[in-house]
Amino acid sequence: MSPGSRRSRSTAHDIERYAALFAQRTKVMKSSAMRDLMALTERADVISLAGGLPDTSTFPAESYASLMTTVAAESCARALQYGPTEGLALVKRCIVEVMQAEGMEVDADEVLVTTGGQQVIDLVCKTLLDPGDVVVTEGPTYPGAVPTFSAYQADVVQVTMDRDGMRTDELEATLEALETAGRRPKFIYTVPNFHNPAGVTLSLERRRELVRIAAERELLVLEDNPYGLLRYEGSPLPTLRSLDDEFVIYASTFSKILSPGVRLGWTAAPAPVLAKMNIGKAASDLCSSSLSQYFVSAYFDAGPWENYVRSLIEIYRRRRDVMLDALAEHFPREAEWTHPQGGLFIWATLPDYIDTTDLLARALEQHVAFVPGRAAYLDGRGGSSMRLNFSGVDEELIREGIRRLGEVVREQVALYGTLTGAGPAPSRAARPAAPQPAAEESELAKVLRLPAQRSRAR
Amino acid sequence: MRVAVLKGGRSLERQVSLKSGARVEDALERLGHEVVAIDVGADLVERLTEERPDLAFVALHGRDGEDGTVQELLEVMGIAYTGSGVSSCIRASDKVLAKHAMLDAGIPTPDFFAFNETAFRELGAAQALPAIEERLEFPIVVKPASQGSALGIKFARTAADVPSALVAAFSYDRKVLLERHIDGRDLAVSVIDDQPDDAGAAQSGEAGCRARGKSAAPRALPIVEAVPEQEDFYDFEARYEIGRTRFVCPAELPEGVAERARSVALDVYRLLGCRGFARVDLMLGEPDDSGAARDGEDGCRAHSGLFVLEVNPIPGLTETSLLPQAADAAGIGFDELIERIVGAVEVTVK
Repeated sequence: MSPGSRRSRSTAHDIERYAALFAQRTKVMKSSAMRDLMALTERADVISLAGGLPDTSTFPAESYASLMTTVAAESCARALQYGPTEGLALVKRCIVEVMQAEGMEVDADEVLVTTGGQQVIDLVCKTLLDPGDVVVTEGPTYPGAVPTFSAYQADVVQVTMDRDGMRTDELEATLEALETAGRRPKFIYTVPNFHNPAGVTLSLERRRELVRIAAERELLVLEDNPYGLLRYEGSPLPTLRSLDDEFVIYASTFSKILSPGVRLGWTAAPAPVLAKMNIGKAASDLCSSSLSQYFVSAYFDAGPWENYVRSLIEIYRRRRDVMLDALAEHFPREAEWTHPQGGLFIWATLPDYIDTTDLLARALEQHVAFVPGRAAYLDGRGGSSMRLNFSGVDEELIREGIRRLGEVVREQVALYGTLTGAGPAPSRAARPAAPQPAAEESELAKVLRLPAQRSRAR
Repeated sequence: MRVAVLKGGRSLERQVSLKSGARVEDALERLGHEVVAIDVGADLVERLTEERPDLAFVALHGRDGEDGTVQELLEVMGIAYTGSGVSSCIRASDKVLAKHAMLDAGIPTPDFFAFNETAFRELGAAQALPAIEERLEFPIVVKPASQGSALGIKFARTAADVPSALVAAFSYDRKVLLERHIDGRDLAVSVIDDQPDDAGAAQSGEAGCRARGKSAAPRALPIVEAVPEQEDFYDFEARYEIGRTRFVCPAELPEGVAERARSVALDVYRLLGCRGFARVDLMLGEPDDSGAARDGEDGCRAHSGLFVLEVNPIPGLTETSLLPQAADAAGIGFDELIERIVGAVEVTVK
């Protein structure tokens, strides 16, 4: 490398040198073709059903300006300063309020403010896991938890889900089998409400089962509940924490009810666990942003926070319905998908001869994207499933995105039929129930004008 | 010199290209050039017209950048550019065209059959699958004709795997090939053009008025062997992630074998009319590897188990890419490599 170069990049020799320095845990970090493909989903001309983005465009700019003015006028120096690791009292007050809205009573000193809900997953792993320790979770699991589990070299065991969430009978059998093998999992990770990515909700009966199983075996449960307040139909179910506060570590976030940009989440956990997590957090980032905490506090002071959540629910419910309708219209009968009562995601499963990672390449040609199912498994399963997000783009784009995706899926189904002789090469004109636009019109549809960069800045 | 670095683009290898491009930009700046970075998109022609570079450094991989499309545009605009010309790019980036050219020239390449979607949809090619399977023997490699990296490449271990492998490969391209699997070592031979002292303008193998390179003698660099740490196949992930693949350079090979590999690589480089640089990927099977010795009727036996898989007209230039590693092993640092690639192009500075 030439001396004095402004930016220096490594040569082949250096790669080898760095590689020798990397921790063992980096070798199991998942990174993939998928990540490179996913980068393409962010292009402005792609209808991305891949993100998990809340729609922040409806938050009034005037409110934002006025909140920031309040923070500047009343707490400028403090907002610009470090804060306590566990979080500022004034934001814990907001957290207590939100948890009350979900039927939980909690004291401020049981709460640790974190940098997004994601940090809770990291801190729980940091606190509980030695390399090779077992974590039990749903299959599929939250794709964002996968790199965290991998970074801590966890041995992740995934339990099947059905429309009522994680199958507790299989969970119990799995725990039995692990015990027989002389292994005790450290914790069970679950998203009980409107699961990401599966879109299903853990039934009340199974919630009771889950906390019973955990309590009997003295296992911790990490209950990740970012979407609980985004319910579009049905009645709320009690959180696991409200059924048992001895073995449940509760995690939630302001990301879906206010803004992911403030990067504020929290955990409420049994005191000894919380104390260790606090130490872990201090090592990671000392404290979460004071500025964000003052902003959130000012927001809660300014008026009922539930109003904005209600407006989001209206928007997301319509988008979910549009996506469900579009799936019914455009996807082939061989496909199936979940019907979420809330949250942001639908999980669709195609025939097992379709690999959704490869399908994504074809979909990107049609300028539409999703998350391939494999991202939600650590054991290679999920190859024929996909996660579809309905919160991040508007209704027209959802309709168009699903139409294009449906076309690509149908093509593959038809091709497979041709290859296996399972069916005559069906024309692309599809089912009678779903009349296709005339050829010309369909070509035109592909050049539908997209609002440039609209969703990028979010 | 004012150099436009073309990178990114719309191909599936966009991320890799952005990394290649960034390293090239740094090197060019260190070499004293004025650099204009262009993320290739709908405004490419506009940007080039505006920027009026003396030279375009094409650091694109995959569709558009490596298949002759961007090169054709540069020809139209009269802008000199690095790397192979339109015709070589077209032939090299299409594995089927490249393999046919190799077969015709007696260069060993694994036995294969290629079809486009129409053959299956409209001509009943599926009926021919059993015959193909019998001929190639399992496992069979199924791959899209044009994709770079290893995206869309599947191993079919039984007849039941073939249809879904084809569906996957057709996700990337309208044309796919089924290829005999060579069990062996994964070798990459990078080739660069050495400049003779006189910069006499000779034709690069491209037609008439098209871009010219200086007269050059291609030279094979030390061979890199890629040894995957975990996967049973040298896949896309391993290819770009530090620490996932062990690279041995120069590969530990008997000198005779290494010499033959370099010689085969140079043959292919010349055959396809490559210019400036390229990377030839080969498999080294057992010398008596049944498959090809039997099927390669014309002299393939002489190559003792070496088979050319493909030629990459614009191989990666990232930190973990093989060409920079090979150059490094030959004592050519990254900056010098870039200087040579640029030097191989005849440029009239405006």
